[in-house]
This record gives sequence, structure tokens and C-alpha cells, in this order.
Amino acid sequence: MKAAAPLATRAAHGEVLLAGEGITKRFGGVQALSEVSFTIRRGEIYGLIGPNGAGKTSLFNVLTGIYEADGGRFVFDGAPLGGRKPNEVAALGIARTFQNIRLFANLSALENVMIGRHVRTHASVFGAVFRDARTRAEEAAIEERAYELLTYVGVHRRANDLAKHLAYGDQRRLEIARALATDPKLLALDEPAAGMNATETATLRALLDHIRADGTTILLIEHDMKLVMSVCDRVLVLDYGRKIAEGPAAEVQKDDKVIAAYLGGDVALNLKGN
Amino acid sequence: MSSIATLRQHPAASRVGVVLIAVALALLPFVLANIGTAWVRITNLAILYVFLALGLNIVVGFAGLLDLGYIAFYAVGAYVYALLASPHFDLHLPFWVILPLGALLACFFGVLLGTPTLKLRGDYLAIVTLGFGEIIRIFLNNLSQPVNITNGPQGITLIDPFHIGSFSFAQPQTLGGLTFSGPIKYYYFLIVVLVLVIVLNLRLQDSRIGRAWEAIREDEIAARAMGINTRNMKLLAFAMGASFGGIAGGMFSAMQGFISPESFVLVESVNVLAMVVLGGMGNIPGVILGAILLSFAPEVLRYTVGPVQQQLFGRTLIDPEVIRMLLFGFTLVIMMLFRPAGILPSATRKRELEGKRAP
Repeated sequence: MKAAAPLATRAAHGEVLLAGEGITKRFGGVQALSEVSFTIRRGEIYGLIGPNGAGKTSLFNVLTGIYEADGGRFVFDGAPLGGRKPNEVAALGIARTFQNIRLFANLSALENVMIGRHVRTHASVFGAVFRDARTRAEEAAIEERAYELLTYVGVHRRANDLAKHLAYGDQRRLEIARALATDPKLLALDEPAAGMNATETATLRALLDHIRADGTTILLIEHDMKLVMSVCDRVLVLDYGRKIAEGPAAEVQKDDKVIAAYLGGDVALNLKGN
Repeated sequence: MSSIATLRQHPAASRVGVVLIAVALALLPFVLANIGTAWVRITNLAILYVFLALGLNIVVGFAGLLDLGYIAFYAVGAYVYALLASPHFDLHLPFWVILPLGALLACFFGVLLGTPTLKLRGDYLAIVTLGFGEIIRIFLNNLSQPVNITNGPQGITLIDPFHIGSFSFAQPQTLGGLTFSGPIKYYYFLIVVLVLVIVLNLRLQDSRIGRAWEAIREDEIAARAMGINTRNMKLLAFAMGASFGGIAGGMFSAMQGFISPESFVLVESVNVLAMVVLGGMGNIPGVILGAILLSFAPEVLRYTVGPVQQQLFGRTLIDPEVIRMLLFGFTLVIMMLFRPAGILPSATRKRELEGKRAP
């Protein structure tokens, strides 16, 4: 089943969708991000990897407006993002999930996704109270689209269950459905495979391929290297808040600096010596 | 909400139910009047508390913003009515002008309280709203100097009852052999407004706006990441909740004929919050039930505790008021231990999409 997301972007496949230019973020004395620059092209799955504490989630939070950058800027879809609030960023077309799942726990799975439609719908208090024809039509469309997305990610059987009662893997996929409900141009996923078993990860990989095929660009933070290497077109590697590599997954994998960052410098050198 | 969902599936049964409830509500004041006129007044006050609880439920139950100064909006509405329809300024505007005005001013105060507290949650928000409630009360108490606006602690007396032309809500009237006393007329007016308010609340909850509030209550950061303008939505919740309080305040003024700052103390805010929590935060039928229970319980005790003691011991050993507070506290503790989500906790709304349900 296809998501009915606008596919107009497909024509422009390959052009730059998001550019980070010298993104810098400090927390007190800690340099979380220093001068990180990268570009994400339309229609690709772009991996963001690095050891724990490398600054991946910080980069996400700066991108989505939760933190304000201390330097640098993002250019998204031709317009600078600087100083935008999270809800404005979402309205512009960047949707995200969270490393530690943040669903609306006491609402049903369907309602979670329906809330994702908020930013693309318009009913005001008056519409809500008087229930005019337009509001009723909008409500029906919201519900239908939400159900469609639940089916798309494969949790439609749990539509009426509270989000907190869903299995872990289902919660992760529900979060993706909720993000997709905002009709994003860029879907930013923060460790979607964390805590998943092999079967669930395989399902996730298929889902990511689907989403990309349907025209949504994906930014993916992930620790599961097998998943990253198999699904990502290009990868950005961060270490201690600095960019140490960017490029096609296969090339980055062989990069000395990347190996050193993951295994520790000495080990990497020893490996090379052998 | 499960009961309402069930009713939707059985329209015939729901129509019969609605008729039965309507008949019961229509007959209720005459039954109560037979027991004692005071009971009609008590019922009217209980309905006002239902208004208040429903208004506070928007702020606390839907949007999850703990408000301990809610009674301030009730006070604003009550004073707007009292000042514009009493000999105090010798103004006697009709109620259908003043009630919306009171709602509007309360709404303004709601936004005034909401704006500086946008980034606060939980305990911190509770403290600020508590302070706000006290500020309003203290203002009302002291705005008799240098220019006498509120008449200070003496309050305002001789407030006009509702009237449309020569039809007054205060005078008894006989119609077809039935005597409609003042309180009974108010009762019918209140019931009509109550039905409107309940419908409004149900529709708000089950809408794009209501879902946005619930999202904020559940997880504000996620709500913002989903594109919800949390600032506007919170202000809207404060404004809507406050307007309900303002309308209820105006009606309180007209019904009582006298108000003073004493009616708007902190305990009243706590009381309304207790109704919301006891009934089931965020669940409209629950909140209504909580308000009815908590506003009738003290009155029932007032009329029973004394006589029962007289019967048993020949005199009143313990003041009914003391027993009331004891039972009240005891009930709340028991409730929080065994039913922390309230008597009628909000259940998930079941949504059925015909032909699209998976087996």
C-alpha cells in the first residue's frame, strides 16, 4: 500500500533538500557540535552515525528547533531554518521520532497518528463546536489518513489500543506513522531499530525502503551498522561533535578515521599493521 | 466515553434514554421543592459547580495544566455581573449583555494568567496559579479605596436577578396549576445552559483542538515536534476554561443577590479541582459526576449528621462541619489509593472505520 504523500518532489530527485552549514552547539564547556557541514539530497536515505555521545541527537535537536544553534545554519528546501520553533520546523516539512520513544501514551494508536495530521489541517474552535460540513469532512479525512498510515507501517490491528500497551517494535513503527502523518519532506529517525530483534529490524528496513520509494527523504541515526550499511545511500560520521567522514556507506566503512573512532585509535592502527 | 460510544451504536436506545433523562430533569425541581425549597437552591449551586468543573477540566483534564486559582475567573464573572446590575453603580444592564461580557473579561484574565506561565508545568504552574487566584481575591477585598469599586469585604448587595422585560427570575409564578418559584426558574435556565456547555465540551474534546490539548498533556515536546503550536493551544485552554468560569460567576451573582470576596477563597479552587480529580480527569461524564457528588455530599451530611446524633446520643457531639471535612478527606485518600484515575476514568475512544477494520 502506498502512502498518499505528495510525490512532486520526485522529479527533483538528487537535488539538495537539506544543507547544514557549520553547525555548532555548546553546552557549558562541552562542545556538542563543532562546525558540522553536510548535505542531504532529495530521495536518499542519509545515515548519521558515530559513537555514543558523538553529537548525533544534538544535531537532530538543533535541526528540529528544540535547541538553538550557537553557530552555523540549516538551509531546508531553499530556505534557512534559523531560529524556528519545533512546530514551525514540522510545518515546513521535517518530522522526527525520538531515541526514547515519545508517544502520547494514554491515547490510542489511531489518535496518535491523527494528532500528526494537526499541522496539515485547519479546524478552529468554531469548527470544532459547530461541526460544519467542512470540519466533518476534514475529521473524516484525518481519521481515514491516520488509519491508512497505521496500515502502511503495519500496526492497524492495534488502532484502538492505547499507545503504551503496544509492543516495543510496534511503538517504534507507530512513532514513524505519526511522523509521516505530518506529510514530511524529510523524515528524521532517531535510532528506530534500537531494541529491536532481527525480524523486527528486517521489517523496519523494508518500511524505510518503502517510505523512500514513496518520495520521502530519510535522515537516519542508527547504531545497527548492518542496517545502516544496507539501507543508507550516504552516511555522515560524527565523533566528539566533529564530522570525520561523509560519503557512500561502503566508502565510509573503510575510512581509517571512522574505524579509529569506533574501535579506538591504537586498535585501528594495529589492524592496519596486520 | 465508552458509554457514549455504545449509545452511538444504538440510536433508538439512546433516544429513549435522552427522553427519560429530560423528563427526570424536568420533574426534579418539583420533587425537590416538596422536600424543601432549600434543595432546589442546593441543586442550582451544584449545577454551577458542574460548570466550574467542566471549565477547569479543559485546563487540567484536557491540556494537563494544573490550575489552583481557577475560582478567580468565577470571581471575575461574578463581580462583572454584580457591578453592572446592582445599585452599587446604579447600573442595571440586562443579563444577556453582562454574561458574555463577564465571559470575555474572564477570558482576558485567563490569557493574562496563561501568558507568563507558558513554560511552567506541574508544581511550578500550580504555585503561580494559586498566587494569581489570591491576587484577584485580595484585589476584590481592597478595591474599595481610594475609589470604591468592589465595596471591599462588605461585598455587593441587591444584585439584580435575571429578567427579560417584566419577566423576572426572582418572582414565583403560577402556570397551569404549577407554582414556579424563583429557584425553579433558575433551575430550568441552568439546565438549558448546562446542556449547551456539555455538548460544547464533548465536541471540543473530540476535535482537532481537543486532540492537540491531549497531545500537550501527554508529551509537550512530542506535541511540538508534531507541529502543534503549544503556546496558542495552551492559551486557548486557559481562555476557554476561564470563560466557563466567568459565565458561571455571573449566574452565581444573579442567583445569590449578594457576593463578597469570601466566596472566592483558595479552598473553593481546591474544591473544584477535587471534583475534577475525583470524577475522572479529562472524562466529561466523570467530571460531571464528581461535581454533583462533591456539591451534594456536604448538604446531605448537614441534614443527616446532626439529627442522627440527636437520635443516638440525645445531643450533637460532633459538629457536622467537622464530620464533613473528615469524610471528605477520608474519601479522597481512599479514592487516590484505589481509583487514582477517578470514579469514571477516561477510556479510549473506540473508532470504527467501516470496511477498513482488520479482522
